Amino acid sequence: MNKVISGAAEAVERIPEGSVILMGGFGLCGIPENLIAALRAKGTRNLTVVSNNAGVDDFGIGILLQSRQVRKMISTYVGENDIFERQCLSGELEVELVPQGTFAERLRAAGAGIPAFYTPTGVGTPVAEGKEVREFDGRRYLLERGLRGDFAFVKAWKGDRLGNLIYRKTARNFNPLMAAAATVTITEVEELVEPGALDPDAVATPGIYVDAIFQGRDYEKRIEQRTYRPKGGAGA
Amino acid sequence: MKSESSRERIVRRAARELRDGFYVNLGIGMPTLVANHIPPGMTVILQSENGLLGIGPFPEEGNEDPDLINAGKQTITEIPGSVYFHSADSFAMIRGGHVDLTVLGGMEVDQEGNLANWMVPGKMVKGMGGAMDLVAGARRVVVMMTHTTKEGEPKILRKCRLPLTGLKVVHRIITDLAVIDVTAKGLVLKEVAPGITGSQVRSATEADLLIDEASLVTFSA
Repeated sequence: MNKVISGAAEAVERIPEGSVILMGGFGLCGIPENLIAALRAKGTRNLTVVSNNAGVDDFGIGILLQSRQVRKMISTYVGENDIFERQCLSGELEVELVPQGTFAERLRAAGAGIPAFYTPTGVGTPVAEGKEVREFDGRRYLLERGLRGDFAFVKAWKGDRLGNLIYRKTARNFNPLMAAAATVTITEVEELVEPGALDPDAVATPGIYVDAIFQGRDYEKRIEQRTYRPKGGAGA
Repeated sequence: MKSESSRERIVRRAARELRDGFYVNLGIGMPTLVANHIPPGMTVILQSENGLLGIGPFPEEGNEDPDLINAGKQTITEIPGSVYFHSADSFAMIRGGHVDLTVLGGMEVDQEGNLANWMVPGKMVKGMGGAMDLVAGARRVVVMMTHTTKEGEPKILRKCRLPLTGLKVVHRIITDLAVIDVTAKGLVLKEVAPGITGSQVRSATEADLLIDEASLVTFSA
């Protein structure tokens, strides 16, 4: 078994136009920087991108919007991106907005072989339009479908050659869910290690979900909102 | 523009909703400021829906960590005893009824406890984020907002006009003028801000308000 590939360029070679790609990250935290850049360089078009946010104008998924490679976004919040707003208003870009917990659960369900599930989220709101509503124990629930991808772009902190992954702090977010919910899961890591180097109890994504892994490079890890407290002060 | 003092008044009053041992999710924007007013000696664990229980204060400059942000994408820190998890676990906590309290901002609330806070027809819709899950799943939902719009129009209505975030989900509304509870009988005025009378609150509110003058208290700013 060899899951290790040379890098992002090799990974995106096999991605056809029109693919559905799940991309990990929350805001710019824990995003697959190398894979996004390689996809931009290759110019693969007509993509459906499933990601919590749409990046900012010049970083993250924003650079794929700039080059008009994305046909549809499935997201929960897209407020940080002006290009997104323009393409969306002009009808160039199709958008499906999903409540964040439903979004996470749709991915989890798909990865676990569950085609659909009921949730109370969104009952009585625009999200409920066209969806089956069923009552359990006196409360109404919406039927939501699992959400699968052709590919998943996952970013982890460390990973071994078998594809076992660990994450760092809030950079974990949707990455483990997406790793399980795609036909082909490609992972970039800050540090590629040998099997045995990771604490088996700390692994958050078991390698069975990962098809390809590579050592990422030149991470920028841009921060969207730098927020500080005064030196020696308190405050949240 | 709302004055700094009315904003501060809302935040301070909202902080009095916290109880020792609560797991709390604070919404983006004004609700985040409630964390600055946790009473001394009280242990409240703050949940961030991007995968953290135990939000600490903002970092000092130079100590920011790009892998550690809150749901508003702001740099934060962790407290001792904090824990990280993925987004499906995070929303299992929220939707499974494990979060004791959520405090969110609002555009409109009506007398049935319906909340609208995510979209305005005709304007660019940016998304609901985790708000719909929070109101559907948290044990207690408190909305904090200015009592009226910048133009002075009521935001507490007979029936929400904007598309909803949640149906019959709000327990309490805290504004710069009043504290109002959503009950089976309708909206009940519980507290007024200093210098504000029940009839002033009534005239700034479109919804019907039940007022018991004898039990009405003034909340401190």
